[in-house]
Amino acid sequence: MFFDPTAVETARFIARQLANGALVTLQITFFAQLIVVSMSFVIALMRLSPWRVLRWIATVYVEILRGISALVLLFYLFFILPLFGISLSPMTTGVLGLGLTFSAYGSEIVRSALSNVSRGQRDALQALDFDSITAFRRIVLPQALPFMLPPMGNQLVELLKTTSLVSLITLSDLTFSGGQLITTLGQQTLIWSIVLVCYFVMAWPMSWLVKRYERRVTSWRRSVAAEGAAS
Amino acid sequence: MPDLAQSPALASPQISLKGVVKNFGAHRVIDHLDLSIPQGQKVALIGPSGSGKSTVLRLIKGLETYQQGSIEVAGASVPARSSSWRLPGTKKAPVVHRVGMVFQQFNLFPHLTVQENITEAPFRVLKLSREEALERAHQYLGLVGLSHKADAYPAQLSGGQQQRVAIARALAMRPQVMLFDEVTSALDPELVGEVLAVIRAIAHEQQMTMLLVTHEMKFAQDIADRVLFMEAGKIVADGTPEQILVNPDNERTRRFLNLVEKR
Ligand SMILES: Nc1ncnc2c1ncn2[C@@H]1O[C@H](COP(=O)(O)OP(=O)(O)O)[C@@H](O)[C@H]1O
Ligand SMILES: [Mg+2]
Repeated sequence: MFFDPTAVETARFIARQLANGALVTLQITFFAQLIVVSMSFVIALMRLSPWRVLRWIATVYVEILRGISALVLLFYLFFILPLFGISLSPMTTGVLGLGLTFSAYGSEIVRSALSNVSRGQRDALQALDFDSITAFRRIVLPQALPFMLPPMGNQLVELLKTTSLVSLITLSDLTFSGGQLITTLGQQTLIWSIVLVCYFVMAWPMSWLVKRYERRVTSWRRSVAAEGAAS
Repeated sequence: MPDLAQSPALASPQISLKGVVKNFGAHRVIDHLDLSIPQGQKVALIGPSGSGKSTVLRLIKGLETYQQGSIEVAGASVPARSSSWRLPGTKKAPVVHRVGMVFQQFNLFPHLTVQENITEAPFRVLKLSREEALERAHQYLGLVGLSHKADAYPAQLSGGQQQRVAIARALAMRPQVMLFDEVTSALDPELVGEVLAVIRAIAHEQQMTMLLVTHEMKFAQDIADRVLFMEAGKIVADGTPEQILVNPDNERTRRFLNLVEKR
């Protein structure tokens, strides 16, 4: 059967379709994550800022987006906005919808990590006359990163898996390609199994990378722990 | 008058608080406080917990807002509503770093080595070159006797050592005024001595104005030119260590001292 030329042809076809789909999935994940990270920081900093108006806007942003289903938001952006004359491409819609949805959770992760840096640290920064940006970049952020990376990493994997929703707004991502293949070839079990493995294969290196990065930024903690154990 | 010539600062005090009122919400923590400290004076601030000692120090450093009165340090006014937010380059950076402060909880930067803890502010805030900043780090680490710990992380040090690093970090900014807020209170008793020894050494510096909150009465008596006793947001006794600590004529001071001694 393996040497059956039509079977080889079919396998090639499946591989090509799924590879294209996976590429779209990765693209959406990547661009949505850019939105997630930047908006998470913007919103978290707004919520922690001394200006009430900014805090209020940020809170509304988070509360609204947290209360909206990602799928419904996608539908809304895709089907309803055009009625108001705003037409976004399916790709833009997917990236925007997922990016915004996940940024609401992301901003909470960033906020709680930043709040973890103690009042004492802030006192010390002010006592040494640091300006706010230098203080944030050099002292607050490095201490907050280890707190935000693990949940952010999990969220990234979650985002990757959730991109399958975009198949419902005509984007040919991995899930969509899987569905298409089944329509043309049948072979439900086989195709969905491959799709399943594909998602796993994409998600796993992400988790791994995040873990590695986490280890790097927490090296100061571990060297301390090692010393503590030694003494 | 050689006396006056030696202390021109007498004309304009290094630290001056006039009628300062500080409320936390409805709670009045500092109540019309007047205080004037000439340059070079070493002042111990004592008093029961919650009387507002830390708040006085934080006000002088500009870490707290206040509602009434005025505060001046080295001739510059400390604004009543200074925002904690400051962008780089605003105020052309505090080229004159006037006031250093050391806290009860050390507040070292845990992700930086001892040396980096000390060089960070001179390098980033005073804009010294890396070499100059390093030189200062070595100088002040030497002063606090921790040159051999330059590459350690704070958590690898004892509490006493951490506090000495915190002192070196504050000194590396070459402040004109040093504020110490119960810097030995978080330490195990056997570690208190090494920190007090360092402060004692700094106190020999003639020019440096010092204001310390402490419960170490013996120590206060040794190094202070002047002792302030605070209660409920007011200074209720102000005099030499002998007047306040040895022969207190104030009944409340006496009771407080008895209490501290019994601990
Ligand atoms: N950030 C704050 N918010 C509200 N109340 C505070 C705050 N800081 C201090 N206080 C109150 O102000 C009073 C004086 O505090 P503090 O200056 O720390 O006293 P001390 O250092 O003499 O123990 C206390 O009653 C304390 O509860
Ligand atoms: Mg206090």
